[in-house]
Amino acid sequence: MVVPYPVHSEPERPLMATQHSRAAARLMISPAVLLLLGWMLIPLCMTLYFSFLRYNLLMPGMEEFTGWMNYRFFLTDPAFMDALVNTLLLVGGVLLITTVGGTLLALLLDQPFWGQGIVRIMVIAPFFVMPTVSALVWKNMFMNPVNGLFGHLFQSLGLQPYDFLSQAPLASIIFIVSWQWLPFATLILLTAFQSLDQEQLEAAEMDGAPALARFWYIMLPHLARAITVVVLIQTIFLLSIFAEILVTTGGGPGTASTNLTYLIYMQSLLQFDVGMGSAGGVVAIILANIVAIFLMRMIGKNLDA
Amino acid sequence: MARAVTNRRKAIVTVAAWLIAIAIFFPIFWIVVLSFKTEGNAIKDPLEVLTSAWTFDSYATVQERSNYFRHFWNSVILSVGSTVLGLIIAVPAAWAMAFVPGKRTKDVLMWMLSTKMLPPVGVLVPIYLIFRDLGLLDSRIGLVIVLTLINLPIIVWMLYTYFREIPGEILEAARMDGATLRDEIIHVLTPMAVPGIASTLLLNIILAWNEAFWTLNLTAAKAAPLTAFIASYSSPEGLFYAKLSAASTMAIAPILIMGWFSQKQLVRGLTFGAVK
Repeated sequence: MVVPYPVHSEPERPLMATQHSRAAARLMISPAVLLLLGWMLIPLCMTLYFSFLRYNLLMPGMEEFTGWMNYRFFLTDPAFMDALVNTLLLVGGVLLITTVGGTLLALLLDQPFWGQGIVRIMVIAPFFVMPTVSALVWKNMFMNPVNGLFGHLFQSLGLQPYDFLSQAPLASIIFIVSWQWLPFATLILLTAFQSLDQEQLEAAEMDGAPALARFWYIMLPHLARAITVVVLIQTIFLLSIFAEILVTTGGGPGTASTNLTYLIYMQSLLQFDVGMGSAGGVVAIILANIVAIFLMRMIGKNLDA
Repeated sequence: MARAVTNRRKAIVTVAAWLIAIAIFFPIFWIVVLSFKTEGNAIKDPLEVLTSAWTFDSYATVQERSNYFRHFWNSVILSVGSTVLGLIIAVPAAWAMAFVPGKRTKDVLMWMLSTKMLPPVGVLVPIYLIFRDLGLLDSRIGLVIVLTLINLPIIVWMLYTYFREIPGEILEAARMDGATLRDEIIHVLTPMAVPGIASTLLLNIILAWNEAFWTLNLTAAKAAPLTAFIASYSSPEGLFYAKLSAASTMAIAPILIMGWFSQKQLVRGLTFGAVK
């Protein structure tokens, strides 16, 4: 529903009042704008500045300008390539599982069945579990090879216990994160399904269109926008996955489950290399911006609608 | 005939939906179960776990050992504090943008959104250093500020999408009836704005409660909320399943309940109004 802007629709209102209200409006908006501007610009400039310095917290007073050296070291470090690949796999893997799984699940939950309310509540629940809890619970209670539930299950099937987090660390983390985000995708896609024109679907059914054709030609195009939004918003959050890695594998073994966020965290707060960490931060910002541009276009379009 | 088919179909969908829902929900169910078991029983076979004795011991131990309630209280202060502070800043802004939109309103909104896209790790170092120099590391006030700022764009956006739906004609009508500006705000606008503000409040408390990048990096012990407290169970305490479960259950229960009430707002808030 589009609501017309109230003030614009009242040209007969005296000009003075409008100017007055405009000034008031600016005053009301400015605290939010100034705070966000400060929050964005100050640290951003500092990151940029540090990224050109040799600056280690363990050697205070030794800071000096080094040009592009931090970037050269960061980008040529084999850990960077590993982290970049892991980041892409993590984001891509979770996106694939949650959008495909979420679409199918939303399709199912959109059908009439008994206990809809309770099922919905159960399905959405993982999204509200804090990342550290979900990561630790999966790590200890399920994936632990000795006492975890999967361990018990494997044993009862006569299989060797499998140490998920050391044998397949990245896949395990993808699994855990997917469990957290599947509810989000499902909920949004379900909302989109519910705004689908039922008459159109019924008409197609009457005309003898098979279920798959109805899904492909009517439902999927209707979902396109919601799917795009899910993909873009999740990408923003998934690029910054941190807690799940910190409490499960600590990025290891080696760099097997280190993503960009975690690599930069290690360099800046564990190795105290501010310069290098900042260079990494700038790289992360550039990568995130590429995603952000697409997302902003989507949402900006909606604002006009 | 047609009715029989729909009922059978409904039965199949019901079974499938419940099976999937149970599978998705199972880890949460399992935490709650384990939290009421002794450590010895919690690591047994699943079936033995279910049939073993129930106890509240783990809850008592978690509190005794690590002063659980201090961390719980930190979480409450951080999430509620940052949300209320955010609302104080955002309500006037969203209000002005919805009711007195200018040429640049859309640009300002989009720009606010863009600050949310900044990956936190990109500014980790400067924020850490600023906090260190100002003595804000491991302080609740410092974290309230950070959480307010990272959620401010979402708060403004959510409020904006709600305020924009308040019809201007109602104000017109009230004015015609001789309402003063004060009447207008108290009797007409506030009642219509409250549901939107409440939803925003709810969603942002949830987001702040579960925030696990800044809370992990900027706290040590004193100001650590539950996210950081649970992370301390990483190892080797994590192997004490019953205690980890008790701590986890208490950490997620309040937010789970709030979350169930805010499903609709969640969609709207997290998609910045793009999906309603």
